[in-house]
Amino acid sequence: MRSALEVSGIYVVVLIMFAVILYPLVWAFSMSLNPGTSLFALKLIPDNWSLEHYRWLFTNPRSDYALWYKNTLIVAFANGIASVCLVTILAYAFSRFRFVGRKNSIYTFLLLQMFPVLMGMVAIYLLLNTVNLLDTFTGLILIYVFGGLPMNVFLVKGYLDTIPRDLDESAKMDGAGYMTIFFRILIPLAKPIVAVVALFTFMAPFFDFLTPRIIIRSPEKFTLALGLYNFINDKFANNFTIFAAGTILIALPIATVFLLLQRYLISGLADGATKG
Amino acid sequence: MDIKNAISEQRPSYIGHNPAWAALLSVVPGLGQLYNRRWIKGVLLLVFGLSLIYTLSVPLFNGIVGLIGLGDDPELDDSRTLLVQGILSVILTVILLGLYALNVNDAYRDAKKRQAGIRTPSVRQAFHDSWEHGFPYFVVIPNFIMMALIVIFPLLFMISLAFTNYNLYNSPPAHLLDWVGFANFKALFTEAVWSKSLLSVLAWTVVWTLVATTLQITLAFFLAVMINDSRVRFKKLIRTVFILPWAVPSFMTVLVFAAMFNDNFGAINRDIFSHFGVMIPWLSDPLWARIAIIGIQVWLGFPYVFTLITGVLQSISKDWYEAADVDGGSRWKKFRYITMPHVLYATAPLLIMQYSQNFNNFNLIYLFNKGGPPVSGQNSGATDILISWVYSLTFNENNYKMAAAISIIMGIVVAAFAFYQFRRTRSFREEDMY
Repeated sequence: MRSALEVSGIYVVVLIMFAVILYPLVWAFSMSLNPGTSLFALKLIPDNWSLEHYRWLFTNPRSDYALWYKNTLIVAFANGIASVCLVTILAYAFSRFRFVGRKNSIYTFLLLQMFPVLMGMVAIYLLLNTVNLLDTFTGLILIYVFGGLPMNVFLVKGYLDTIPRDLDESAKMDGAGYMTIFFRILIPLAKPIVAVVALFTFMAPFFDFLTPRIIIRSPEKFTLALGLYNFINDKFANNFTIFAAGTILIALPIATVFLLLQRYLISGLADGATKG
Repeated sequence: MDIKNAISEQRPSYIGHNPAWAALLSVVPGLGQLYNRRWIKGVLLLVFGLSLIYTLSVPLFNGIVGLIGLGDDPELDDSRTLLVQGILSVILTVILLGLYALNVNDAYRDAKKRQAGIRTPSVRQAFHDSWEHGFPYFVVIPNFIMMALIVIFPLLFMISLAFTNYNLYNSPPAHLLDWVGFANFKALFTEAVWSKSLLSVLAWTVVWTLVATTLQITLAFFLAVMINDSRVRFKKLIRTVFILPWAVPSFMTVLVFAAMFNDNFGAINRDIFSHFGVMIPWLSDPLWARIAIIGIQVWLGFPYVFTLITGVLQSISKDWYEAADVDGGSRWKKFRYITMPHVLYATAPLLIMQYSQNFNNFNLIYLFNKGGPPVSGQNSGATDILISWVYSLTFNENNYKMAAAISIIMGIVVAAFAFYQFRRTRSFREEDMY
C-alpha cells in the first residue's frame, strides 16, 4: 500500500515536470502554426492551423532562411570535423605521453576554458581585421575551433585516462606506431566521448548568435542564430510567429540527433566524470 | 645505467671539452653545436637562427616600442593597431626566447654527454628519435600557438585596455590612446555611479550563480534518484522528455520564454496568472525579472545534470545496497551514505563547471531582457551579471576601458575559484597515477 502510494507520488511529480517542460515547447509550436502575426491575438490552440509561416520562410523573396541554413551547416560541419581531429589528437598526447610542460599545459587549458570567449571579443575583432579574416567563415570557424578546444580536450583526456594503458603497451610490443595505436585502439574505444565532442561542436554554431554577430557583417553570410536574432530583434511582437516557425525547423533536427545519441551522451559524460 | 657507464669508461673522454664553453658559444645559435662537432645541426641552427634574428629583430623591436608609446601622431598611428602588433610582438619574443633557451640548453647537454664520452646521435638518428620522443610536442606546440593567438592574445589585449583611456570619446583613429595606470580601477571603486553599479552587479552575480546552479542540481538529483527507482516504469520515455530542454537550442527557448514572460501579451500572464486576477511585471520589475530568470535557468540547466547523475546512478554496484539491506539501513541512510557520496564524488568537477558556466551565462541574461530592467543611479540593469554588463559597456556604450577593468576583476574571481576547487578534486590529485 505504501509502495503504491509512493509510486503514484513519483508519477505525479513526473507529470508536473512534463507539463512544465512541454508547455513552452508546445506554445512555440502552436505559435508557428497560428495564422497572423500579432502576438496579442494568439491562442494556445489556434482556430485554424496553417503552414503559412513555414511557406513564407522558404518562398518569400524577403526571407534568407534557406541561405542561413546552408551557412550554418557549412560552419557546423567544418567546426565539428576540425574540432574532433584536433581535440582527440591533443587529448591523446596529454593522456598517453609524459613530456616537459605537460602538467603546466593541462593547467593552462583548464584555466583558459574558464574564460568566456566573449571577454576577448574586441581583440578578436581587431585581430581578424588585421589578417583579413573578418566577415569570413574561416575566421568564424577558427574562433569556434580554438575557443572550444580547452574544454573539449579536457573532456576527452579524462575519458582516455580511463582506458587501460596495457592495451597500448601490448600493441606497441606488436610493433604498432603511435598513429596505429591512436586510430586502431583508442579512437574505437573512446567512441562515446568522441560522439559527445562531435555533437557539441556541431551544434555550437546553431546555438550561438554572439560570435557571428561580431565577426560576420554581410547579410548573405549570416548564420541561423544571427539571422533569426536580427529578424526578431527588430520587431519583436510582429515577427514572432515567423520566428517560431524558423525555430521549430532548427530545433527538430537537433533534438532528434540529440535524442538518438543520448545513450552515448550518458555513458560518455558519466565515464569521463567518474574516472576523469 | 650500468651498461651506459661501462660504455663510457671504454671510450676516451674529451678532456678539456667544456660544457660551459659550449653554452657560452651558443649565444650565437649553432656555434655551441659546432664546438660539439655536430656540423650539420650547427650549420642549420646558425643559418636558421641568424635569418630569424635578421628578419624579425627590427619588427619585433618596433612592435614593442609601439606598445610602450602607443603612437605619437594621430594622423599616422592607430593606437589599436600598435597595441595589437605590440602584444603579438611580445608573445613572439617570448616564444623565440624559449627556443633560444632550448638551443643553449641543447649545446650544454650535448657537451656534457660528449665530455662523458657518450656518442652523440647523428642528425638522421636525432630526427628519428625526435619523432619517437617528440610526438607530443609536434601535436601540442602548433595548437598552443593557435591558442595563443585566439585565446591568450585577446585576454592580454583586454588586460592592457584596462590600463588605457579607450572609450567612446577618446577612440582611435581620431585620437591616440595613453597608458593611464590604475586610474580606471580607481574610478570603478571610488566614483559613486561605478561603485554602486559594481556592487549591485557583483552581489546579483553571486546570488544568481549560487541559487540558480544549486537549484538546478538539486532538482536534477531529486528527479534522477526518483526515476531510477526500480518500481518506476516508462523510464525511457520519462528520460527522453526530461532531456528535451537540453536538446532544444537554448538560444531559441530563451527568446520563446522572453515572449511568454512579456508583461502585456505574454502567455504566462494571460494563460495562467490572469485566472487569479494578477498581472505580474516579469520584465519591468527587478525582483520578478530575477525570479523569472532563475526559473528559466533551472528549466534549461537541469537536464544536463540529470543525465550526468543518471549515468552515475546506473554505475553504482547493487552490492552496496544489498549490504546495507543486510545491516538494516533505512532508505534515507542508504541515500545519505551510498548514493550521495558516489554521485558527488564522481561528478564534482562537472558540477563545479556548472557554477562557472552560470557565472558566465551571458546568453540567458542578454536574450531574456538585455540585463534590464534599468535601475536609476546605476549604469547596469537589474539582472545584469558581470559578463552581460561588460558586453553592454563594450558594444553599446563603447566604454572599452571600464569594460576591460571589470573583465579583469571577473577573470580573477573565476580563475581563483576554479583553481582552488580543481586542485581539491580527486581527478587532479590522482592525475599522475597513470
